[in-house]
Amino acid sequence: MNWKMPFKKIFAPLVAAAGISCASAQVVALGYPEKEELTFGFIKLTDMAPIAIAYEKGYFEEEGLYVTIEAQANWKVLLDGVIDGRLDGAHMLAGQPIAATMGFGTKAEIITPFSMDLNGNGITVSNAIWEQMKPNIPKQPDGKPVHPIKADALKPVVEKYKADGKPFNMGMVFPVSTHNYELRYWLAAGGIHPGFYAPHKGDISGQIDADALLSVTPPPQMPATLEAGTIYGYCVGEPWNQQAVFKDIGVPVVTDYEIWKDNPEKVFGITKEFAEKYPNTTVRITRALIRAAMWLDANNNANRPEAVKILSQSNYVGADYEVIANSMTGTFEYEKGDKREVPDFNVFFRYNATYPYYSDAIWYLTQMRRWGQISDDKSDDWYKELAAKVYRPDIYQAAARSLVADKLASADQFPDFASEDGFRDPQTHFIDGIVYDGHKPNEYIDKFTIGLKSGQKL
Amino acid sequence: MNTTAAQLSNFFKVRIPQLDSRVVVTVLRQLALPLLGMLAFLFLWSATAQNIDTSLGKFPGPSAVIEQFDALYSEHQRSREKERAFYQRQQERNAERVAADPAYQPKIRAYTGKETFIDQISTSLVTVMCGFLLAVVIAVPLGIAIGLSKSLNSAINPIVQIFKPVSPLAWLPLVTMVVSALYTSPEPLIAKSFLNSLITVTLCCLWPMVINTAVGVAGIDQDLVNVSKVLRLSALRHVRRIVLPASVPMIFTGMRLSLGVAWMVLIAAEMLAQNPGLGKFVWDEFQNGSSDSLARIMAAVLVIGFIGFLLDRGMLMLQRLVSWDKAVS
Repeated sequence: MNWKMPFKKIFAPLVAAAGISCASAQVVALGYPEKEELTFGFIKLTDMAPIAIAYEKGYFEEEGLYVTIEAQANWKVLLDGVIDGRLDGAHMLAGQPIAATMGFGTKAEIITPFSMDLNGNGITVSNAIWEQMKPNIPKQPDGKPVHPIKADALKPVVEKYKADGKPFNMGMVFPVSTHNYELRYWLAAGGIHPGFYAPHKGDISGQIDADALLSVTPPPQMPATLEAGTIYGYCVGEPWNQQAVFKDIGVPVVTDYEIWKDNPEKVFGITKEFAEKYPNTTVRITRALIRAAMWLDANNNANRPEAVKILSQSNYVGADYEVIANSMTGTFEYEKGDKREVPDFNVFFRYNATYPYYSDAIWYLTQMRRWGQISDDKSDDWYKELAAKVYRPDIYQAAARSLVADKLASADQFPDFASEDGFRDPQTHFIDGIVYDGHKPNEYIDKFTIGLKSGQKL
Repeated sequence: MNTTAAQLSNFFKVRIPQLDSRVVVTVLRQLALPLLGMLAFLFLWSATAQNIDTSLGKFPGPSAVIEQFDALYSEHQRSREKERAFYQRQQERNAERVAADPAYQPKIRAYTGKETFIDQISTSLVTVMCGFLLAVVIAVPLGIAIGLSKSLNSAINPIVQIFKPVSPLAWLPLVTMVVSALYTSPEPLIAKSFLNSLITVTLCCLWPMVINTAVGVAGIDQDLVNVSKVLRLSALRHVRRIVLPASVPMIFTGMRLSLGVAWMVLIAAEMLAQNPGLGKFVWDEFQNGSSDSLARIMAAVLVIGFIGFLLDRGMLMLQRLVSWDKAVS
């Protein structure tokens, strides 16, 4: 496996500097943090919870870290903040460190030692679109729609708009966001073309050949933009889907849990330079975040109501308690009154949610290739090398091991680091039934009906 | 009885009519009418608020806003308590570490919690004052120079006229980029965001002051200029003894205008650049979209207005204090 070579090269000096031995199970006592005053950025979404909890529960302080948490206006501002050093780290879209390292958009080496959560997004359409979709959706005996709702139900609506010469606009939060790929995945699975990117021709609008035109809107502004009629639907994280229900302006049709069960969502991103300059600080941040994630999922979500209360403070997410609680406490309200159990809508720690799997990074890369953000064919090894540059389970392991040594966690709460190779088992729970195996990205890309395949270039 | 009645009627006849014309009208004008206006406004406000349904619930009426003032204040107090606990924990932690690691130099770090509404008010006030003072330092000498020299006036006037109407929102991106390019110390003494707001404020409130000062200086009574000539005052003494005292009323009028502009600009700049202050508070609440958000924004609007009013009154008092021309109002 030659792709492991650069990976080892990258983190060998780091390990030496930090004085942590990853190979042996023995843990050297973790040193004091080199940088104690830190500023972290976040976007007002419920999945920033691990950062808020690590602060409010004093986990950062117990590591000797004094952290200021600042809301950012949008994902671009947030990423630029981390790159230019205004922020030491941030709640990021999984695609952001990958795209930045690859050089799609702003080029910068960003790494992630910690995955923040699984699932947590939804796709919402406006009331008018929902009325047109409804006749196409099969009903349960009790009259409620059968879930998951597929984009097949939306297809006739989009076609009607197209025939009338009206653009069918939808919102997502960032070109390399989970939401963009999820919305595209859902649309394409229902036969609606979401459009290609062609960065080599300077086209980064992502609307080539598109049936539905996707554009960027910052998460907190999604409901307002939908209400204004600028977009007909959007894909965004919570609480902005539930807020559409509360404001009675739209209907969430599908959650990302139904599009891909237990999909990786946000990550905690820092620059590679930061991790190399402040190795102890990096491990300590990871420790605090792991503890926060454990707290969030402890005793079958018993702490969630308290977490929701913290998140509803105006300096964190700031939306009403009821709106945030809806999804955070295991239910999700679709059409008004149609509240269903989705216990895993937000997963912060279960199912190894926080472990940075290479296969998660590779999935995002496959979608970037599928939609043309990566213009050319790449070898399977290329995917793996890039994933290993960005996702850093070595740092996670150091943090987890020291938590186990300090008796703050037990070894069985983490993957078995000795046998673990960074790839999840092939994943089957996609809305279109296509199986994803992180070891074979090119084979995976070729399975899709809509999207670029190996050898294709726009 | 009769006499008392007579006396009373006499009293009324003689006294009241005289009082009536002056005092009553004054009292009415100064107190009752503004009060009436306020009441009418409050009534109109709460009546209209009832009928506006936004997607965040009803538009906040006066009572909802008062409730939020209360909530904001108790939030502030809770935050202060947390701050005390934060420092205490920090001291304990530092002591622990010094015990384990004697080489460690303990350091007290500033509280990392979020600024409260009241903190944001003081941030905004400090920023506007600093920006305004910087503008005074630049604008008054520049204005005097322009006022004294006709040719300088012709040279600079077009630039002033072009820059005067520029909105702060246009300046801000430029200021932000320039500040982050030029101000690159690893341990900055002053936060970049503070500098951004300050410079934007300065750029926008400079012009009314320059223009007023120049007009004031140019319009000095020719007799005074002649006196200066007769006494053969040096240029500096001429400015100090004749020009400055003579143009003080106009300079202060300019300052008053500028301070008003500065306050308006600051709120917009804070909002756009996400710099700390009242503008950011408003923007954050807008983004939160909670059911209290509109009431909180309305509370901020009232505070912004009230502070703007106080700033204006303050400048007016200062103006009256230093000015020989008591005609200004």
